[in-house]
Amino acid sequence: MTEIRLKGVSFAYPDGTKALEDLELTVRAGERVAIAGQNGAGKTTAVKLMNGLLRPTEGTVEVGDWDTKDRTTAQLSKKVGYVFQNPDDQIFHNEVIDEVRFGPKNMGFDEARTDELTAWAIGLCGIVKHGEENPYNLPYSMRKFVTVASVIAMDGDVVIMDEPTAGQDQVGLAILKDVLDELGRRGKTVITITHDMEFVAEHFDRLVIMANRRIIADGPASELFSREAVLKESMLKPPSAAIIAQSLGLPEGIIRRKQLEEHILAREPH
Amino acid sequence: MDPVIQLKNVSYRYPVGDEQVLKNVSLDIGRGKLVTIVGNNSAGKTTLCNLIRGFIPHFYKGDLEGSVLVDGEEIADAQLGQLAEKIGYVFQNPFIQISGVKETVFDEVAFGLENLGVPVDDIRRRVEDVLQLVKIDNLRNKNPFELSGGQRQRVALASIIVMDPDILVIDEPSSQLDPVGTEQVFDIIRLMKERGKTIVLVEHKMDLIAEYADELIVLADGEVKLHGPVREVFADPSYMALGIQYPHAAALALDLQEKGMELPFLPIRDEEVAECLARARRKEGRP
Ligand SMILES: Nc1ncnc2c1ncn2[C@@H]1O[C@H](COP(=O)(O)OP(=O)(O)OP(=O)(O)O)[C@@H](O)[C@H]1O
Ligand SMILES: Nc1ncnc2c1ncn2[C@@H]1O[C@H](COP(=O)(O)OP(=O)(O)OP(=O)(O)O)[C@@H](O)[C@H]1O
Ligand SMILES: [Mg+2]
Ligand SMILES: [Mg+2]
Repeated sequence: MTEIRLKGVSFAYPDGTKALEDLELTVRAGERVAIAGQNGAGKTTAVKLMNGLLRPTEGTVEVGDWDTKDRTTAQLSKKVGYVFQNPDDQIFHNEVIDEVRFGPKNMGFDEARTDELTAWAIGLCGIVKHGEENPYNLPYSMRKFVTVASVIAMDGDVVIMDEPTAGQDQVGLAILKDVLDELGRRGKTVITITHDMEFVAEHFDRLVIMANRRIIADGPASELFSREAVLKESMLKPPSAAIIAQSLGLPEGIIRRKQLEEHILAREPH
Repeated sequence: MDPVIQLKNVSYRYPVGDEQVLKNVSLDIGRGKLVTIVGNNSAGKTTLCNLIRGFIPHFYKGDLEGSVLVDGEEIADAQLGQLAEKIGYVFQNPFIQISGVKETVFDEVAFGLENLGVPVDDIRRRVEDVLQLVKIDNLRNKNPFELSGGQRQRVALASIIVMDPDILVIDEPSSQLDPVGTEQVFDIIRLMKERGKTIVLVEHKMDLIAEYADELIVLADGEVKLHGPVREVFADPSYMALGIQYPHAAALALDLQEKGMELPFLPIRDEEVAECLARARRKEGRP
């Protein structure tokens, strides 16, 4: 399985914008990591380096035992699947099922395996009923799931999702959680960019926080959510459970609803 | 009430769909109100926006029944161009709002005003104001296609606000924004309300709705299920049956009630929970 390493990575866009400075990051094989932080911090840029859509200006990006500079984007995309922030950048077929089948087929899987992966992916993403529809006639939330399905159907070792939580209702968020769990069971390395701090608190142990072109914190979500200076610099807020816990004078480190509930029930009559 | 937007028994089906996406929707939206539409994915929220903006029936054909009036005028009879001057529409996907013909953020935001033939000095002043308001002044020389997701979403909002329309239809304006940026956008929406705009806002973030909105319309399966003041809607027992998110404070309180705690009211903001529990305790005869 595949580990990802960024070593001393900096990146500037052709227009001169410095988007990343001196990033150090290791995501172990099979690990699940959330990346959060300020708009424009460099999150999307950082993950595009991991699947070869962008190449570092300085430093090295390693995917397993590959140095990305020695590999083509086509090679890398077989190992590292990337769900774009904007689903419309990714969708180009007229039927959902064709869109999802394209990836595994392109990977060289035979017909039977392609069918199997496609069925698995659209089932997991809750879009079976949309199989024959044109993705462009689907609401934003469903188009996003079409892109998630088409990436996981490729069965790469690493899955990166850029803002999958945007615009999702609670059913959509529950499906995303199932996707994370299932990918975990299959040993995949999963990186999720999100602005939804409740989702991070509920489903991730490790959180990487970016601000101003850098990683400014990396560790257990329960610790980072009590670091005020870090949150301030990265324009983040702690999850609601942490805010309520603080207002009730409960100990630090409560970030999930269930934890908060237990503390309240232990203390209040009921 | 002086309704500026009125829907009367509106049903709609897209040309390629076999089911009605909106079913017998009737609504009055008063002038100067901030009305928030909530509902699960696929409920028909964006479709409702498309209807108010006139994209249905002018752009999307399909079967439309009932009538949609804006300022008393039947939308099917209005010109799309005239509607555009009256109604600003911020799309759900900010990536598609960019015009594609301008090379800087400044020019992008100025684009709509140029089309209206507004004098150059006025354009400059209005664009400067909006760049400050939306906090994208630092991006003024960047190519609109070379922005991060959240930056684009701000540019999309700016390019509509600068037009100063009477009505704003805003479809999930904070979906790509960081938590602080989300609050800033809600502050801007509040400011627009103070300036007398009528605002129709689609949003999933219930904590922000609890903080900022007056009135809530709950859409499920294409039908308006509830419509009323925010606090009343969340406290309505039928809201729960719809399976739509609650504000986090309310979700917590409902769980606590289920576990046997008696609470004097349903908190909808984080900061109300402490007060709610304190009152519950007093009722129990404890300090
Ligand atoms: N194609 C591009 N050309 C030039 N600059 C770019 C390009 N894409 C992004 N940038 C700039 O690089 C910086 C980092 O952008 P990036 O998209 O990585 O941010 P992000 O953390 O993903 O933000 P968001 O949360 O808003 O999606 C921003 O300042 C942005 O304006
Ligand atoms: N152009 C279209 N052609 C056919 N059907 C469509 C079209 N656009 C939307 N629909 C259908 O109409 C229904 C409502 O879609 P709509 O986009 O209004 O939902 P929404 O509530 O905005 O969802 P979301 O929360 O994902 O944005 C969905 O079932 C969708 O598949
Ligand atoms: Mg991004
Ligand atoms: Mg929508």
